[in-house]
Amino acid sequence: MSSLVGSPISRVDGPAKVTGRATYAAEFHPDGLTYAAIVESSISAGSISHIDSTQAERAPGVLTVLTFLNAPKLPYAPYKQRPAVEPVSGEALRVLQDSEIKFSGQPIGVVVAHTQTQAEYAASLVRVRYVPAKSLTHFDSDRGVPTSEAAAKKGRGPEARQGGDADEAFHQAAVKIDGHYVQPREHHNAMEPHATVAEWKDGQLTIWDKTQWVDNVREEMVRIFGISADSVRVINPFVGGAFGSSLRTWPHVTLAVMASRQVGRPVRLELTRRQLYYSTGFRPHTEQRVALGAQHDGHLQAHIQEAIGQTSTYEEFAEATLDAPAVTYACENRRTSYRLVPMNTNTPCPMRGPGHATGLFAQEVAMDELAALLKLDPIQLRLRNFAERSPKKDLPWSSNALQDCYRIGAERFGWEHRTPEPRSMRAGRQLVGLGMATAVNTAPRYPASASATLLADGTVVVRSATSDMGPGTYTAMTQVAADTLGLPLPRVRFELGDSTFPKAEEHGGSTTTASIGPAVREACLALLAKISGTLGSSALFAPDLLDKIRSAGSSQIEAHSDSKPGDEKDTYAMYSFGVIFAEVHVDPDFGTVRVTRISGAYDAGRIVNPKLARSQCIGGMIGGLGMALLEGAEWDTRLGRVANANLAEYLVPVCADIGELDVIFVPGEDKLLSPLGVKGLAELGLCGVAPAIANAVWHATGVRVRELPITPDKLIVYL
Amino acid sequence: MVPFTYARSSSVASAVQTGALHISSQSEEPGTAFFAGGTDMVQLMREQVLNPSHVVDVSALPGISDIVAGPAGATLGALVRMSDAAEHPGVREHYPVIAEALLASASPQVRNLATVGGNLLQRTRCGYFRDVASPCNKRQPGSGCPAINGQNRLHAVLGTSEHCIATYAGDLANALLVLDAKIRIAGSRGERQIALRDLHKQPHDTPHLETQLAPGELILAIEIPSGAAARKSHYLKVRDRATFEWSIASVAVALDLDSFGVVRDVRLAVGGVATTPWRLPEVEEALHGHVLDSGLCRHAAELATRNAVSHGKNVYKIKLIQRAIVRALEETGGLA
Repeated sequence: MSSLVGSPISRVDGPAKVTGRATYAAEFHPDGLTYAAIVESSISAGSISHIDSTQAERAPGVLTVLTFLNAPKLPYAPYKQRPAVEPVSGEALRVLQDSEIKFSGQPIGVVVAHTQTQAEYAASLVRVRYVPAKSLTHFDSDRGVPTSEAAAKKGRGPEARQGGDADEAFHQAAVKIDGHYVQPREHHNAMEPHATVAEWKDGQLTIWDKTQWVDNVREEMVRIFGISADSVRVINPFVGGAFGSSLRTWPHVTLAVMASRQVGRPVRLELTRRQLYYSTGFRPHTEQRVALGAQHDGHLQAHIQEAIGQTSTYEEFAEATLDAPAVTYACENRRTSYRLVPMNTNTPCPMRGPGHATGLFAQEVAMDELAALLKLDPIQLRLRNFAERSPKKDLPWSSNALQDCYRIGAERFGWEHRTPEPRSMRAGRQLVGLGMATAVNTAPRYPASASATLLADGTVVVRSATSDMGPGTYTAMTQVAADTLGLPLPRVRFELGDSTFPKAEEHGGSTTTASIGPAVREACLALLAKISGTLGSSALFAPDLLDKIRSAGSSQIEAHSDSKPGDEKDTYAMYSFGVIFAEVHVDPDFGTVRVTRISGAYDAGRIVNPKLARSQCIGGMIGGLGMALLEGAEWDTRLGRVANANLAEYLVPVCADIGELDVIFVPGEDKLLSPLGVKGLAELGLCGVAPAIANAVWHATGVRVRELPITPDKLIVYL
Repeated sequence: MVPFTYARSSSVASAVQTGALHISSQSEEPGTAFFAGGTDMVQLMREQVLNPSHVVDVSALPGISDIVAGPAGATLGALVRMSDAAEHPGVREHYPVIAEALLASASPQVRNLATVGGNLLQRTRCGYFRDVASPCNKRQPGSGCPAINGQNRLHAVLGTSEHCIATYAGDLANALLVLDAKIRIAGSRGERQIALRDLHKQPHDTPHLETQLAPGELILAIEIPSGAAARKSHYLKVRDRATFEWSIASVAVALDLDSFGVVRDVRLAVGGVATTPWRLPEVEEALHGHVLDSGLCRHAAELATRNAVSHGKNVYKIKLIQRAIVRALEETGGLA
């Protein structure tokens, strides 16, 4: 059918990015731009008794200092419908509306000045006195409360059961393991810090904002400021990494807009690296119990998985932690439970592979423990429990090539060279370990709209208010459009990141290609029909196209599409799958772990662009490597603060940490999910990596670490 | 950043005079800070951890950016870039521990900018020190030390006090310590020379006072004697991440064995585990005069942590540093 879809085309926006022509939110510079800095709470619970900004107001270059004492009271209208990116219940922080302190690092003031340095200095001059209250800054699992009805509606309820009595079956099982797994609070640390530039001009508000969803920023401003939707425009053509941290519209966006209206000039508010740890979200600290019971042949009889995550005191952030356990394997008796511990912290938010990466870490390490106990190859154990249909709601899969992933992945990785005993493989002094894990993630499709416009120069511009935080939306959508139109790539331009464009849902949850792709295709088909009707059937390719357009009396021809999924999501279980393999070298004296190889075999349906898809996957592998070995907030339970809130102490992998990365896509397509045959890939990329590495560490050392990250201190005590 | 005055000095004399001037005119802290590479100092100033009233830029001072390194000794001017020292053939041949320590520090970009003089004064990476919203006795004397019962996985087990357990984070100083280096210092009253081992102070009850440098004093050069042990020297660094990361344990060794494998001269220092660059005389003594073998190395290494005090999350460092000492000795002595 096509030549461009399926081709490893380089990013169409690559040249702009590497030459600095790509403009990110903080780089927009409207005339008269001023700069803002946030004043933050240094206590974690209580209220402000006294706030004195006189010194700050007198500091050089300061235009205004806003605190709850003088900030405008904003409408903050209730939601008509809560956006999908918001926590399941609770009420978002109402910034500068009262004196209450909910967490350390909470924005309690904003300073606007002529320069960034002036604003930051003045912010440090604001004097605050507090009345502290008892704060909940310790993750105490006894305080865990079952998730709410609202969470249950999203499939994140407090309890789910499959089959019979899982606890009884576990009790009766011939072989069993019962483990406690800890995944720490993790931060996205995208390269580009969050930034907002806000400008009010003649009653019109323009916002350049780092976001994965321009339409939602507009809707939030409409709701918070009580202004009309057509008076707000949100623009964001490029995102320097987000990983879920830019799905919500965070309080600093409101602060920038409020401050800009106050000073009557455009305002830029860029968060510092340290502020990102408090003013945006994070992957919540989550502790899990996994109990697996099996027959001697490896067939699962019982699977119990209980998760306790953290949330804030003011919002309920429940994620899909227990979705992977519900679908990955066939098991006769299964029970999951989900509780949350409210704490004085900012609210968590989705971080790449949200919920699934967390649930899979515990589940896949537990499966490895069970395989060891059964003296069964870890892949065999998984194959033996392969789910022919989705165990959740007992639905057929829209597609599932997981068995191919095990076979092809194992072959590529050389799994047969693994000797089963731990500590049985060496390379010189180093202990060598091989481990694997299954990855699953939901593959949803959302409604989306797009337009396609034939310009007078013969170029077709295709637009949708989606985003490109790195996966390559620009490129993939250009490929889909060019193929549909039958045009070469240079004659097609895809534009995104503007709330005046046709509507799109959030750029997250691995939905973009499956959702925007069909809209783009339909808009292009509609355009072809329109051109054919107006100018004749092959006008698009005629040498006299320009004349034809002119003689038709218009400068352009435009078509529009609204695309949406059918009811297939209720009749099929739609998931992407993967199998991750990792090889580690562990120093037997120091407990330092280096990952020499990661190999992943993925079933993500049809691959629009193998080069970009590979980038997605190796990015996920590197993120997963960080999760396994390096990442974790050092939370101080007394201060309610992150002691390593900077990139020198919150470690992410550097190039030297990364060995050979191998990506293979097993052939397949999923026409039930999307007419393009694609399934989601982005979230999947991070899933399964951390448990594969953890299992490899066990194989290398015989030490089972159930708490991430696997740092030398956790190994050396046993070595 | 808190506003400050900025002046660029063109001579050592004027730099130390400017420094002294501001001390006398403004006796309150923080006074004058000298600025050279600025790789860490700018970050600390931006976060208001350091708030000097005056910044004297010494990066263009003449005469203190040369490297002389050969079999008869070495001098590193204070303004020598870390990368230049690491790559200097004389340093690599006669003082390999220096080159290895430098190459294990920071990243190439940072090493291209940072100076060896500034690196000796590397501030701690303690997360509480660097977060002005947290108490810290080093940053704000008397405010308390949350690390002692808090997030202290990276903190020191040697040389701590009940007021501070922050780790000295640098590498170069540990290497120089085993070479018995001296530093030349200029002040308003003239020049003086001190042993590097006397430069850093343990925290005791004044953790905010980190060195013997008087206010306004400027390091001019590092003087390094040569010797057989210096030629056979080595730096081992253990860290969470493969590179661009501070150590959780590091060992500097200078070793001279006779033809029977008997230890004629040995110097050992450890990093990442102590509040200052930390020499281990008791370990050296246990090795001296004996045939170097694995058993001896292990025995000696145990002596290193006899007085170690851990605070919870950093207890692993006691075992780790012992093993790092053994590995470093074995590698240097040809046993590994």
